[in-house]
Amino acid sequence: MINYIIRRVLWAIPVLLVISLVTFGLGHAIPGGPFDREKPLPAEIIANLESYYGLDDPSWKQYTDYLWNALHGDFGPSYSSRSRTVNDIISAHFPVSAQLGVLALFVAMVIGIPLGMIASLRQNTFIDYFCMFFALLGVSVPSMTLGPLLVWVFALKLNILPVARWGTWQQAILPAFTLGIGSAAILARLTRASMLQVIREDYIRTARSKGVSEKNVTVYHALKNALIPVVTIIGPLFATLVTGSLIVEQIFAIPGCGKYFITSITNRDYPVVLGIMLLYALLIIIANLIVDITYSWIDPRIRYS
Amino acid sequence: MEIKSKEKEKFESETVIPERPEVSLWKDAFRRMCKNKMAVVGAIIIIALLILAIFAPYIAPYHYAKGSLKDNYAKPGDKYLLGADFMGRDVLSRIIYGTRISLSVGIVGALTSFIIGILYGVISGYYGGKVDNIMMRFVDIMYGFPTLLLIILMMVLFKSTFAVTTPGTFAATLSAIDKAFGGLFFIFIGIGITAWIGMARIARGMALSLREKEFVEAARATGNSNFQIMMKHILPNLIGPCVVAVTLRIPRFITFEAFLSFIGLGVNPPTPSWGMMISEGYKAIRSYPHLALYPGIALAITMMAFNFLGDGLRDALDPRMK
Repeated sequence: MINYIIRRVLWAIPVLLVISLVTFGLGHAIPGGPFDREKPLPAEIIANLESYYGLDDPSWKQYTDYLWNALHGDFGPSYSSRSRTVNDIISAHFPVSAQLGVLALFVAMVIGIPLGMIASLRQNTFIDYFCMFFALLGVSVPSMTLGPLLVWVFALKLNILPVARWGTWQQAILPAFTLGIGSAAILARLTRASMLQVIREDYIRTARSKGVSEKNVTVYHALKNALIPVVTIIGPLFATLVTGSLIVEQIFAIPGCGKYFITSITNRDYPVVLGIMLLYALLIIIANLIVDITYSWIDPRIRYS
Repeated sequence: MEIKSKEKEKFESETVIPERPEVSLWKDAFRRMCKNKMAVVGAIIIIALLILAIFAPYIAPYHYAKGSLKDNYAKPGDKYLLGADFMGRDVLSRIIYGTRISLSVGIVGALTSFIIGILYGVISGYYGGKVDNIMMRFVDIMYGFPTLLLIILMMVLFKSTFAVTTPGTFAATLSAIDKAFGGLFFIFIGIGITAWIGMARIARGMALSLREKEFVEAARATGNSNFQIMMKHILPNLIGPCVVAVTLRIPRFITFEAFLSFIGLGVNPPTPSWGMMISEGYKAIRSYPHLALYPGIALAITMMAFNFLGDGLRDALDPRMK
């Protein structure tokens, strides 16, 4: 088990290396430099800027320099906002994306898990069908539909919530719901399927025949075990929510990493692009690693060699 | 005497049993799917969307690119059923033409993930060992990429590399193809490059367990080549769950395109992509909410149809799930 974890953690290093290399390569293959303007700068100034940022070095040297600095925790300067480094930008914008991700995850869990539970306890009744239809709806309605719809209803028609931007708790409600509803639906379906499986287990029948009250059977015997698969996907769900939040960030003009990523690509600000890409890749890798480990920790039948 | 009567009994019972008609997995699945109302609804919607996409020029009341500026921002009414956009173009017609974009992206994504993903997964899982190790390490790397960010980066690369080129070169040919597709070609490539990864993992896992089964051993014992075993014995056994997985993935490809067009990295105007229509309409949502909401509803209905169908297919192909 320890060996397995160590091997998986070590394997993340070459994965990140390749991702950085591919991103670096793609970024450099895009024609046009970061200092191209509508009104071209004098050649001398561009040459000066390029030598200042090391852009006149051969590509391989730029890459190895980048890696060397990155290993020391320095992800380089930003070309488009001169006074800030990539570290500054990420530490300013990533918390916003992370907050949005946490809030969306909260929405997803608070709506999704109870919905799945109710559906499973009333299997094949109208309530079950209603909950599952709602879940199917939630999976199918993309943020691009839900976002404008929620804005129209709650911000423009009812006028109770702000249209966009980030900062107050009111401003967080619509984006968190837009981002979280899809995951709520996923959690609801997973909880329902898992509950239905657990309810048929022998130990549930044993508990009932011992005279345990139906409420206690549901909560302590069934739900506790049924939540195992639900808990394990929360890590990757969080990673998906954060990395996928750029759609919602775009709709609600939220200054998160995703929105900044798109701006940086248009500005040819490669160090920022590379930094955000690596950060998100790391997030995905860690989330996947946590799932695999928690699986074997919660369910000892799974063994990794 | 006793033996004789037993034999007679056996003979009688054999003849009495009414012969059950032979039903293949797919026929059986189709029959069960028809009983699932949601799946039927999904299939009907998808067929309707296909008809809209194919016969768009005959069904749409107006051309998708030609509007009359004096009708800009027309409210939904008799002349324009769903209103008109900022250039006076009919929203309904643009939505109808937009089915072409969304469906073709969904189909291309499904085909690439199906063909490349399954082949890759089957080869990796069937051979196992070193081959599997190397092939899956590559998948691991691709799996670490934040997909949406990677596609955005690729789109920027494609769009700007092939934008200004001298005629006659390879890049110019690609660019011409992309223009002919209204900017869709590079989206196909971007989605194709990333779409197969998840599929390969699913197919590989199943091939890994299938190759231990007795019937594979039997096939090998009777002298089948590896290629024959993969094609005749492994592939048919994992194709069902893979069809389900692909159907449930189509909505993802459709949202990718819609989002790329939403941020201006997708189709070229005036090609009517739902994502682009939402982004154009969202700017005017305060006064003209219909511009962003109708294409959004079209997008949601399409995704719902594929989810309905995928769920129904899963229940039909795997009766144990019920």
